Formats: sequence, C-alpha cells, structure tokens
Amino acid sequence: MNFKNLREYLSWLYYQYLLITGIYVLEPWEKSIFNSILFSAIAMVIYTSYVFVPIHVRLALEFFSKIFGGQPESTMALMN
Amino acid sequence: MARTTANGNLKLYLNQNGLKCEDIKRNGYHNRRQKNGPGTGVASRQPRQESFEQAPMYVAVMTYLGFGIVTLFGYLRDFLRAVGLEKCHLAQEREEQKDFVPLYQDFENFYTRNLYMRVRDNWNRPICSLPGPVFDLMERVSDDYNWTFRLTGGTIHNAINMGSYNYLGFAENNADFLKTVADKTRQYGVGVGSTRQEIGNLGIHEELEQLVANFLRVESSMTFGMGFATNSMNIPALVGKGCLILSDELNHTSLILGARLSGALIRVFKHNNMHSLEKMLREAISSGQPRTHRPWKKILIMVEGIYSMEGSLVRLPEIVALKKKYKAYLYLDEAHSIGAVGPTGRGVTELFNVNPSDVDVMMGTFTKSFGAAGGYIAGKKELVDYLRSHSHSAVYATAMSPPVTEQIIRAMKCIMGKDGSTEGIRRIHKLAENTRYFRARLKEMGFIIYGNDDSPVVPILLYMPGKVVAFAREMLERKIGVVVVGFPATPITEARARFCLSAAHTKAMLNQVLHHMNEVGDHLCLKFSRLKYSSCPNLHDEKDFELGS
Repeated sequence: MNFKNLREYLSWLYYQYLLITGIYVLEPWEKSIFNSILFSAIAMVIYTSYVFVPIHVRLALEFFSKIFGGQPESTMALMN
Repeated sequence: MARTTANGNLKLYLNQNGLKCEDIKRNGYHNRRQKNGPGTGVASRQPRQESFEQAPMYVAVMTYLGFGIVTLFGYLRDFLRAVGLEKCHLAQEREEQKDFVPLYQDFENFYTRNLYMRVRDNWNRPICSLPGPVFDLMERVSDDYNWTFRLTGGTIHNAINMGSYNYLGFAENNADFLKTVADKTRQYGVGVGSTRQEIGNLGIHEELEQLVANFLRVESSMTFGMGFATNSMNIPALVGKGCLILSDELNHTSLILGARLSGALIRVFKHNNMHSLEKMLREAISSGQPRTHRPWKKILIMVEGIYSMEGSLVRLPEIVALKKKYKAYLYLDEAHSIGAVGPTGRGVTELFNVNPSDVDVMMGTFTKSFGAAGGYIAGKKELVDYLRSHSHSAVYATAMSPPVTEQIIRAMKCIMGKDGSTEGIRRIHKLAENTRYFRARLKEMGFIIYGNDDSPVVPILLYMPGKVVAFAREMLERKIGVVVVGFPATPITEARARFCLSAAHTKAMLNQVLHHMNEVGDHLCLKFSRLKYSSCPNLHDEKDFELGS
C-alpha cells in the first residue's frame, strides 16, 4: 500500500487498532471511553517505569556486583 | 485396517485436528486416492485436495480479545438499560406484569442485542432487481446505530453479486429462455390450491418427477415445494424410535431438525472423518440400543454433498464402502452439489464415479443450481411410493407452483442437453473454470480458503469480528455484494465471508472482484495464509503445487 504522508499512515494504524480490538463496532462515546481508559493505563505504566525502573536497575546491579565482585576486594584488603 | 487409502485418511484426520505451521507444510496438500470404480479413465480426474489451514496464534488471540471487549461493553450497556439511563429498544413487559413469571429471557439474547444489533446493516439488505450475476441494492441508512433503518430512495446499481446461489446462472429474466414458463403460467395459473395427495397433482408435476429420476439415473423421485421442508418433513417418515442416525458434525439445520423430529437416537461423527464414523458404526452394532441392547431397527448415515459453510466435499466412495460393510443406509443431501459438480452436473455421485443406486436416499434442492424453489427425494421406487403416502410434506404441504415447476423442467432439460443446445454443458464448464480460477487466484494472494478445489462455494476466513463487519462494508462501497457469516452459524473464532460462484460471472467480473479483494485484503490485513502457492499455467494438471518454505 502506498501512503502519501505520515498522517495517512497513522490513520491506517489507528484503523487497524480499531479492527483488532473490536472497538470498530462500538458507538463513538464507547470508543472514547475505551481509548481514554487504555491511554491512562499506558500513561501510568510509562510514568511508573520512568520513576522506578532506574532505581531498581541500580540496586540490582549493586546487589549482584557485591556477590561476584566483592571477593577479590576483600582478599586484597586482607593481604594488605 | 490395511487399506490403500489408510495413509491418506490418517493425514487428513491429523490435519483437521490442527497441526502447527511446519507440520502443515510437511504434510501439505495431499491427494485423496480414488478407488478403481467403473469408468475410471482419463476423463475422470482424481478428486482434488482439501485444505483447512489454521491461522497463526496471534489471530486467535486477537479474535478472543475483540469478543471480550465487546462483551464488556455489552454488560455496560445492559446495566445502563436496566438502570434506566438509556432507552431500551427491545420488547419489554408492561409495568403491571413485572411481578409475573418473566416473559422475555434477557440473557439468551445477550449476543443478539449487544453485538448483532450494532452491525446488522450488513444483513437483510433489500434487493430491487433480479439476483443474477449483477444486481441492484436499495440504499438504507440508520440514524440510531442500526436499531431502525430507513430507505433513502437511492439505489446502488449493478453491484456484482457474489452471494446468491446461482451456480449455473439460471436466475435470469431473458424473455426467450422463459417462454415456456410464461406459457405454463397462462395454462395453469400460479397457485395450485391443494396438496399433492388431494387434488393438486398436476401433469406437470409427474413430468418433473420423471425428468428428475432420469437426470439422477435412479428409478423414481418425488418433488416438494420447499427444500428445507423436504429434509425436515421426510426424515421422520423414514426413521423413528429404535433407529440410529449418524450425522456429520456440520450438517445443515434442516437435517438436524428432521433427525430430532423423528425421535431416533442421533450420534454425531467428526466432519468427513471416516475413522470416527467407522468407530461409531462398530460400537453401535456391537452394543445395540442404549438400555435394552436390542439390535437397531435401522442405521442411517446422513451426509451432505457440499457443506456450504466449509466448501468441503463428502468422501463418498469411502462412506459407500462403510455402508455396505456394516449394512447401514445412506442419506445424501445434495443441496449445493446437484448441478454444480460433476462433468455433466449430476452431483457428487458422478464426480466420484459412484453408482447412484448405492445411495439409498438421494435428496436435493432446486433452489441453488436451477433457479427455482423446492426439493426432491429420489431413490428406489418402493421408497418413493412409501413417501408419497407417509411423508408430512407430501400429505399436507401445498403442491409446487406451475411456473416454478416449469422453470425446473426447462433448467434440467438445458443441463441434460434435451432442448437441443449445448447451453447446459457450456454453463457447467464455465462454472468449473470460474471455480478453479477464482480459488487459485485467491490462494495466490494469500487468503485462507477452506474446502475442496472443485467446490463453487468459497469461504474466506476473516476471524475477527471487527474485520468481518469492515470487510462487508468496504466491499459494498466498491459495489460488490458479499455474504459474511459469524457466530452462531460458524465456530466463534472462524467468522468468514462466503462467495458463491456462478456460471453467469464473466472473467471480467471475477477479475474486478479479485482486484478489489486484493485492495481490501491489504487495507484490512486479511492475508493470513502462511503457505506459498504458485499456480501452474496449465490449469488442467494440478500435481505441480509448490510448497515454499
């Protein structure tokens, strides 16, 4: 299929989303309800991941580095 | 059992239970071997392959997702209607009767009022012309989301008709062809005013029955005014309590209704699955009736020639062999296959080279290939004579109308060549050619098609409820009328569009339909097939399919 511009492509993608989720058969106000619920759920997921994921990743890295990387450090300290 | 066809049967059995994609590609299309029967020569080709490809897993997931979301919204709307925030368009009891036993079972209609009502502009479309290869539709719009419709007064002219059962193109209004029909109408009028048994037995009915018996190469036949009633009213006359009916999984409602009305015990075997049927026959014969263990009075196997929702053909030679071995009777419903398959249009018995006298009860309808209405039952003379006095339809139903009878007579004479022209044979060949071409092109494009390559019924799988509706609307916008079917006529995950090809469709029409199908398929992402298919230039030799990686 040839899309003249990005706008057409995005509207085709929106059409596919409507068809796949079955929203296509619903009335406009029901579509808006579903879209707003889905959008807010995705927004919450993004916000939570933005706030918490870097901290969790840093803590996890520290934890694993203590297990594996901690041993040579202490033996060197003992020898010195 | 060591039979030459055992391998082929087994593969088909496994395939229909759903193999993974790789397994399908390995087993792929497989030939059904034909037994050495009379007339097996160069003229009779091997029966073609049948395929029931499974869609990728994500398609099934998305289908369930779509249904689930619409069901949730259905609950929401039901709640709003119950609370009173929304106007209820359905039948409701009066206020004074709210304390009585409820009259309307709300939950049973959940699917109808919450999904079907939203999209029902795709069904019951009013047509205002002859339902030939092209037709005119009346435009209608709805202001309240399909609860009520109004006609705008406009018409959609010359839409291509891919939904009517018009296999040989006899739905025509050419004055030359219909001359005999007009003459008979002048002679006999239109209504008969009585039943066959009383005083409604016209000479033209006897002529038709003789003709049908000659056409099918059996001893005698009887015709009825309505195809559905032929099945549902005659099966109770043939079997009763103490008999066993073995009916295919996907039999038509008329057969099921007739079987239930008869009072016999019904057992269902898996679709076209000879192992399942044989197992049931052995079990039934060895253990007899359920509680008393007495032998069964009769065992009747009910199958159809072409299954209209799948497009698959019955495995007739194998069923006849089983029936002879276990001494059961066979009831063959050729509603869609009479006139549409076989080298001279005589149905599946001719296609598979089976002797017509091997089939005990041959039933068919005149609606599909003959452009009329009604049904027939044909077989041995004793059977038909018995039915004339014992069948509900013969005794109580009004006789067939004379112009309809004459239409069937003229159509049948045309097919047999008795009217002196080659029009009949030409139409049969055109239908076969259209079928092969259309199916091959659709498979090439990448759609999932069910059924046998010989059957003029082409179901294209669409799966998701949103896509089914969008497909029907898009095709109508491009002036092509299609029939889409979903739950409950099909399994819930296998909604489909069903195309019925006709000998009256020209190549140009088919090309236009295919062109639009291609565009709509890309626009809606309907091309789910994962098998590569390259059609060979010589359409007569089907042994060179390539299965790509």
